[in-house]
Amino acid sequence: MEVVPSIRPLLAILISGIAAILILLTGEDRKNLREFWTLLAAILKFFVVISMIPTVLSGKVMEYTLLTLSPGIALQWRVDALGLLFATLASALWIATSFYSIGYMRGLQEHKQTRFYFCFALALHGALGVAFASNLLTVFIFYEILTISTFPLVAHKETPEAIAGGRKYLAYLLTSATLILFSIGFTYYLTGTLDFKAGGFLENSASNSLLCVLFITFILGFGTKAALMPMHEWLPTAMGAPTPVSALLHAVAVVKAGVFCVLRVIFYVFGPKLLFDLNLGLLLAYFASFTILASGMLALVQDNLKKRLAFSTINNLAIIILGAALLSPSAITGGIFLIVGHGFMKIALFFVAGAIYVQTHKENVSELDGIGRAMPVTMGTFAIGAMGIAGIPPLVGFISKWYLGLGSLEAHEIIFLFVLILNALLDIAYFFPIIYRSFFKVAQEPLRAGIQEASMFMVVPAALCAVLSFWLGITPNAFVRFFEMALIATKQILKLG
Amino acid sequence: MTTSSYPILIIIVPLMTSFLIPLVGWWRKSFCYPLMIAALSISTFSSFATLNEVIEQGTLHYYLGNWDPPWGIEYVFDHLNAFVAVIVSVISLLIGISSKSMVEREFSQKATYFYCLFLLQVTGLLGIVVTGDAFNLYVFLEIASLAGYALIAIGEDGAPFASFNYMLYGTVGACFYLLGVGYLYILTGSLNMADLARLLPGLYHSKVVLMAFAFFIVGVAIKMALFPVHVWLPDAYTYAPSAVSSLVAPLTTKVGAYVAIRIMYTIFAPSFTKDLVPAATILSWVSASAILFGCILALAQTDLKRMLAYVLVAEVGYIALGIGLANKNGLTGAILHIQNDALMMASLFLAVGVLASKTGLRSIYQFKNIHKKMPITMAIFVVAALSVIGIPPTCGFFSKWYLLLGAIDEHQWLFVAVLLASSLFNAILFFRVIEIVYFSPSEECEHGAGPEGKSLDEAPLSVLIPMILLALGILLLGVLSGKIISTIIQFAIPKGL
Repeated sequence: MEVVPSIRPLLAILISGIAAILILLTGEDRKNLREFWTLLAAILKFFVVISMIPTVLSGKVMEYTLLTLSPGIALQWRVDALGLLFATLASALWIATSFYSIGYMRGLQEHKQTRFYFCFALALHGALGVAFASNLLTVFIFYEILTISTFPLVAHKETPEAIAGGRKYLAYLLTSATLILFSIGFTYYLTGTLDFKAGGFLENSASNSLLCVLFITFILGFGTKAALMPMHEWLPTAMGAPTPVSALLHAVAVVKAGVFCVLRVIFYVFGPKLLFDLNLGLLLAYFASFTILASGMLALVQDNLKKRLAFSTINNLAIIILGAALLSPSAITGGIFLIVGHGFMKIALFFVAGAIYVQTHKENVSELDGIGRAMPVTMGTFAIGAMGIAGIPPLVGFISKWYLGLGSLEAHEIIFLFVLILNALLDIAYFFPIIYRSFFKVAQEPLRAGIQEASMFMVVPAALCAVLSFWLGITPNAFVRFFEMALIATKQILKLG
Repeated sequence: MTTSSYPILIIIVPLMTSFLIPLVGWWRKSFCYPLMIAALSISTFSSFATLNEVIEQGTLHYYLGNWDPPWGIEYVFDHLNAFVAVIVSVISLLIGISSKSMVEREFSQKATYFYCLFLLQVTGLLGIVVTGDAFNLYVFLEIASLAGYALIAIGEDGAPFASFNYMLYGTVGACFYLLGVGYLYILTGSLNMADLARLLPGLYHSKVVLMAFAFFIVGVAIKMALFPVHVWLPDAYTYAPSAVSSLVAPLTTKVGAYVAIRIMYTIFAPSFTKDLVPAATILSWVSASAILFGCILALAQTDLKRMLAYVLVAEVGYIALGIGLANKNGLTGAILHIQNDALMMASLFLAVGVLASKTGLRSIYQFKNIHKKMPITMAIFVVAALSVIGIPPTCGFFSKWYLLLGAIDEHQWLFVAVLLASSLFNAILFFRVIEIVYFSPSEECEHGAGPEGKSLDEAPLSVLIPMILLALGILLLGVLSGKIISTIIQFAIPKGL
């Protein structure tokens, strides 16, 4: 693989770090300037990231080494197709979320907005660092930046529940971080290197049973951020955070960083061949399938709209991991592409939940009767997003589900096809009551007069994301060629051609 | 033998200035502070120059009064103590700069004597580090200790008693050390460390040598406050004036740790310490319990400064664990942690000193919303706290990384678990404080402190600048640790490990 040295990965990561400092210095008093930094950084970051796409699509990787951290380990970033796909998604959706947060935070007159925007920018700094990192230690550094910067966002409301949510978040994520650190240290002890290598580098480094233990500690560690059951508890609790946080971080950047790291471990540390030989892929697939079905059922019983969305997120994250664990080409492509598809669809859903909350202060599904008549665009967006998650063609969710289905057949594991089909039914079962209530049910007590669409800052990003998830469903290579990136990543992982 | 005069300037300038200060203070009180800063600056510059020479030329020998060793006293600079001397002198300079406002606020009439004792304390600590003579080390140990007792006794109500308590323990420790020196002198007729290291291997079977070694280790353990002989430390550092605790807390224990490395791996051969007597093993078990007990006892504290004192006990445990692991990674971690912990403790104790002297508050529950008054001080507290927890990219993470690798290398899974668990304990400790400060509902603050309580009341520049420099050190030296290790620490690892 040809390596192109370039400073662009560092630039893309640093932009939001610098923006965070500027936001902090600007402060509460000059809030228009403060929001300007966020928007400027989001747009700049997106353009730096997409400027790397042509190089990566031509099969090359971009690399930047800052310095040596420790013998054999550098603070280094290497942009490959998988990392760029995640980075493009996160930075594109940061633009949408930035506009949305301005509408949301100002609409609710939230307190301590400087801290909010500061931590948000810092979280994106971490997310891109994870996406581009070329070795496990660099990943861990940015992974922890992401963890810590998200804590103030989870506890943002400062109510006892929010603080309890923040504590739970830290307890889960820091405990898992110690497992990750142990796994990384042990990997280094076994191999003397931590550099990601397509196809893995752990083969023949230790006995099979030791490698199994190492794989399990890795998955328990990174799987916590990916909300794999039974380490998922923090995510529904973290829904107490302001909606932009739930939307970008708890549907895209943070949890997908967890999934992304799981994929890195599967494909770039252990490698498909080793996992297949040790039967660990199948084990993980069963593990993920359990999460898929259990979270789908739990989503059914959530009355709080954001919590229902959270369980749906857990569900989709597990599907991505299932795709990776099946280790067959189509399943991998489908799983990787679902990172993108789910990002666009779920963020639209969260934007809608936030818009409803800002306009009506309602959070529960049971209170949404008739709301679709007062807020048709918002709820229309919700309907599109929900259908996308359920995998109804021609929305983007369908493409992933189709490839995942093919992948389970390629892997000769037909049982996972049934898991996916059952899951699609569950998706419909927990989403359609919401659509039904909001459009076809008449409110018991008439809705407070004057409820209308939320501000353009909130409606436009939501509708745009829904439209994009429709568009990507028809032409998955539109705009930034996400699907091609997923295909190239699959090829690199499996070393096809 | 070196002809450069930098090595001697490190010691002689602060020593002479400390005698000059009472005379000058008798004439013009206001001259004392600039005089002290000048002396500390020269000392710092000289130690940097010496380190530079050591990096370029290797070990330096400076014969005092041109008397050849082993009869005369020699100062020996290898990579280890040149590095520690830089740490000690830099931290002393920064704390010296910041001491002014605290001295003026707390005991302005005693300022002259304070600056004199401060310099004596620094002289003692630097002397311990630079000397190559076991008895000369004892002399400096006593200079540092006596100055320390006096400085601590300046503090508030409980201080004289705490200082007396410290003196009892400290004297026992110093006596043990002196007994060790005496036994070796009886046996070998030499006090020079290099000479001892050459003469001792033939005598390792002697019970006198074993006895001397035991005296050394127990004496040094008391001086570095290694659990369970740490009992003098919490009281002494809690009641000491802020300017004093921020000097002695980061440095005294670290210098003690340095002496432990010297005794265990220079005077005595690593083969003796590791294999002939199980000293290293015992030390590592004791330090593992020090880490746990320090953390647990810190959890029980509500007085912030006292909590830090127990955190320090745990931190000493880390360094001692690295020494006890007796392998390359462990020692790298220990030496790196000497640097990192000095930075962390200096910034934490400074921040707490500022908080206490500005507000008069001590209990962690009283610090609600204090960051509105002192945003920079609290931000630095948070940075240092994250470093103690071991969150990358702060420097605390990197020393823990090497300690972890060292423990894995020895297959000591219990130590691995202790290291990882202690991060979680520290996370609870510090996030408890962070939560109270940053996430308390703001109305309580308005209620309690009134509107003027919310206005900015930041520490003076003379404290802020050293604190900011320390915080920058914490943020930058972590990622630069690879460079530090490859130029300095890898040569500082005792030979034979």
